[in-house]
Order: sequence, then C-alpha cells, then structure tokens
Amino acid sequence: MRGIFSKRRMTLLVLVALVAVLPLVFPSGYYYRVAALVWISALAAVGLNILMGYAGQVSLGHAGFFGVGAYAVAIGPARLGLASWICILLGAAASGGIAWLVGRPILRLKGHYLAIGTLGFGVLIALVLTSEAKWTGGPDGTSVARLAVANMRISGPTAWYWISGFVLVFGAWLALNLEDSPAGRALRALHDSEIAAALGGIDVARHKLWAFVLAAVYASIAGSELALFDGFITPDTAGFLHSIELVAMVVLGGMGSVLGSVVGAALLTTLPQLLTVFVEYEQALLGLIIMLAMIFLRLGIVPGVQRMLARSAS
Amino acid sequence: MSALAAENVAIAFGGIVAVDGVSFSVEPGNIFSIIGPNGAGKTTLFNIMSGIYRPGSGRILLAGEDVTGLEPHRLAAKGLARTFQNLQIFFRMSVVENVMVGRHLREARDLMKALFRFPSVGHQNRATREKARELLAFVGLADRADDAAGSLPYGGLRRLEIARALALEPRLLLLDEPAAGCNPVETEAVEGLVREIVRSGITVVLVEHDMRFVMRVSDRILVLDGGKKLAEGTADEVRRNPQVIAAYLGRYGSKEAARARS
Repeated sequence: MRGIFSKRRMTLLVLVALVAVLPLVFPSGYYYRVAALVWISALAAVGLNILMGYAGQVSLGHAGFFGVGAYAVAIGPARLGLASWICILLGAAASGGIAWLVGRPILRLKGHYLAIGTLGFGVLIALVLTSEAKWTGGPDGTSVARLAVANMRISGPTAWYWISGFVLVFGAWLALNLEDSPAGRALRALHDSEIAAALGGIDVARHKLWAFVLAAVYASIAGSELALFDGFITPDTAGFLHSIELVAMVVLGGMGSVLGSVVGAALLTTLPQLLTVFVEYEQALLGLIIMLAMIFLRLGIVPGVQRMLARSAS
Repeated sequence: MSALAAENVAIAFGGIVAVDGVSFSVEPGNIFSIIGPNGAGKTTLFNIMSGIYRPGSGRILLAGEDVTGLEPHRLAAKGLARTFQNLQIFFRMSVVENVMVGRHLREARDLMKALFRFPSVGHQNRATREKARELLAFVGLADRADDAAGSLPYGGLRRLEIARALALEPRLLLLDEPAAGCNPVETEAVEGLVREIVRSGITVVLVEHDMRFVMRVSDRILVLDGGKKLAEGTADEVRRNPQVIAAYLGRYGSKEAARARS
C-alpha cells in the first residue's frame, strides 16, 4: 500500500475526483448548495478527526470554534470595517489561540472528564454569542456581509461549491501529510498508549495540544465559510447539538480516516434532506440508520468497508 | 561513573511503603537484574527509574546526572528506553510503524514542514522505515513488518517492544519481565537478544521472574523484599546468600538455581 498508490495519494485522488466530477451529475442548482454544505462540514470533521481519530481525544465543544469563525466574519466586516477574508484568518488565529489557552488545562483530563470539560467550553462560547447581543445580534443571529475579493462579490451556491471543495481538498491534504509524519505517528501512538509514547520520547501533552489547536483552526475556517455562504448566522452554529453532530460525523465515517470524515459529513448533511419524504419519521429513521451503521461497521463506514473488501480479496 | 544509580530511593502510596530506601548502581555495559517475590517493589522501582513515579525521597542518577522526577519523554531524550511487563503496543498501527514511533527523537519534527509535506519529510520517512526494518530483522520479525501489530503472537509482541525501545538508540535499556509468558524457546530467543544488545554497548537493567534466565545472563543481581534491598551481588553470591535463600528462593528456588549453574 505504498509508493504511487499510497493511502495518502489515493484518498486525495478520490476527493479531487469527487469535487471535480460531481457537478456533472447535478440535476439542478440546488445540489450545488447541498454539496457545498457537505464540503464545509467535512472540513470541520477532517480537523476534528486529527484530535479524535489520530490522537483519541474527544471534544464535545468543537462547534464553539466553528462559532468563533462564523462570528468573526459577521462582526469583523460589519463593526470594524475589515475585509472578510482577513476576518477568516483572524477568526482562525483567535480559535487557535483560544484552543492553545484552554487546551493546556483541559487536555490533562482523560476520557469522560475530557468530554465534560470540552462540553463546558462549548456551552460557554455559545452562551457568550447568545448574550453579547450588542455585538452578535443575540439569539436571533446576525446577517453576514458577502465575501468580496477585489471588489467582486462572491456568492451563490456554484461559487461556494468550488471554494469549499478546494478548501476541503487542501485541508485533507494537510491532514494526510500530518498522518504520515513524526507528529502524526506520535498522535496515533499516544492514542493507544500514552506511557509507551512518552517513553519513546514523545512529549504527549504538547502533541495533544497541537492536535487541539489544529482541529480548532479547521472548525473555525469551516464556520467562516458557512457564515459567508449563508449570509446569516445564529448562536446555534456554536451549540451543543452541532458539536455532537461533528463528533458523529467523525465516528460514523470512521475514526482516523480522512475519507471517513468526509463520508460521515456527507451522510449527516444529506440524509436529513433525503429523509424529508418520511415527514414525521425523519429523525427516527436518521437515528436508526446511524445505529445500524455503527452496529454492523463498528470501525466506522470507511475503515469498516475497507476491511470487508480486504477480507474478500484475500 | 555508573550508567545508572539509585540513592536511598523511597516511595509510599497512601501509607504503604512500596520502595524503602533502596540504593544500587549499575556499571556501564553490564546486565543488572532486579529480582524479588511478588510485591517486593520491582516494578515500582522500574516506574521510578523511568519517570512514571516521582520518588518520595532519594535520587536517581543517569550517567552521573541527577534525573530524579524528570518526565518520561525527557528521560528518553537522555538515552533511557524501556519495555513493559503488561505490553504497551500501539495496536492501531502496523508492526513497522510501532518501531518507527521509537525513532521520534532521531527525526526532524518541524510541524509546518510535515503539514506542507516538504520533500525532506518523505526522505526522512523512508530512512525511518528502513531503520525500523533493520531493527525488526534484529529481533526476528522482519517478515511481519507490514502486518497489524495485533496479529503478532505474545512472544512476538515482547520482541516488538524491544525493537521499539532500541529504535531510540538508548544508552540504557530497562526490560520489564522480557520473558514473561514466553515458552522456553521464546525465552532462549530473548536471552540471545539481551546478550547481543549488551554486546552493542547498551547497559541493560531487567526485572524477571524466570530464575534460570536471570542467573545465566546477569552480571549483578539486586534482590528486593518488602520494598527493601535484601542483597546484591553476582549470581553466585546471591545464590549462596542465606538470607536470600531463606526469604526468597526457598528450597525449590535454590534447587532451580543450582540446576541453572550446571
């Protein structure tokens, strides 16, 4: 599985092909919108996968960083007169900075305690976004100025399909590069045994912290994308339910698999739309599908299917 | 100067004194064994030496330098490596990747270069993998390199841990019951490995229950009982020490030891 057909290159190839070819089969413009939402969620999931899938550290407050990115592009241009694209970077820097500060004490916690610690953090961010109404518009949300580059307004599903698709491929490339590097091996090692990793010379606390920071930056950029795409944002984007959704994407798709995160994001974004025909049973069916997937593909969809294929091949 | 020394090391857990004022020193290039009945404090002492526990009092010296209470990853950087009695394998990784992790400190680790995949990262990966394969060949696992670590048999996992520890290029190697759970053939293989490791210039400290193994390979032996040092000396000295015979080896044990000598 190395050389030209390494896992890293195959994954990238599949993603690039998906982004490039999908528009050919779109029957209407509506599909651009759904696909753009998938790419945006997938970016956040790929980032969270660095923390959860590689390093094995859960975050139940990750939508908090998504919210920081979203509100950065809402507040920055409207209140401070900054360009939107600068606000994307500022939001990412702020998220990374917050993650670095919060991560130091919080990542000392393990397992359930870490889950509750990060959950509290996420709730805190959502609370601030809701209550600082003067800046954020409060619980009703706020409108977001469209992205403009060189006086050209960029909006609409088609433009955002290509932007979010490109950003996702780029983000996936970075994550795959990380996986196949000393830092990536260190993260995957400490996932299984922190003590053996530490005695292998790995600074466990530092590596966890960087994974947390990276995951926060991914989520923040995804949040900025969504806000600019939708033109409107509410504190729900930073809320607990969204955090759970992000975790579900990573686990459903397959922890540690970049492609899995994309598949998880695609399912959790498109299934609710597909299931609307079942009206009141929609949510129940969604839950059932997730349950069955986890029961029959315990490793998550992508690693589970890969293993099945490998078995039938041998 | 000794490769490793303990000075009056003591630690207590909630009133129970697990290690009680133990001192010893290990000469460079030696095989130094720590033995004692269950609960004698062997593993606790190992955990202190490898930075997992901080001793309540006393000092640990690594090549003359005070390293008491240093974190494990800093001890690793100073040339200490260890294996674990209760195997600590990276089960999500392949056999060769487990050993590659051990090369961590020997690799350039610039995060930005890794993220943007500078050409040097690819070159380094290949070099690391090559080195890891050499070490797997050394412990006799060359043909399992690309298998999932979890697919190895028990004895293979023990040898994988040794390969991973050697990947660090340590000066001092702590082996925590390297032959535990191994059949006689596997134990012999481990013994051969330990001898070769010492021959390459690495000092070895080991905890082991297999008396014949210990008596055969050790330059010096430290006997612990109830957290205290009972005796220290060569295999012959320890074997003849009446206190050791009485408190630890017992009649059966001394017979075993005598048989090992012949």
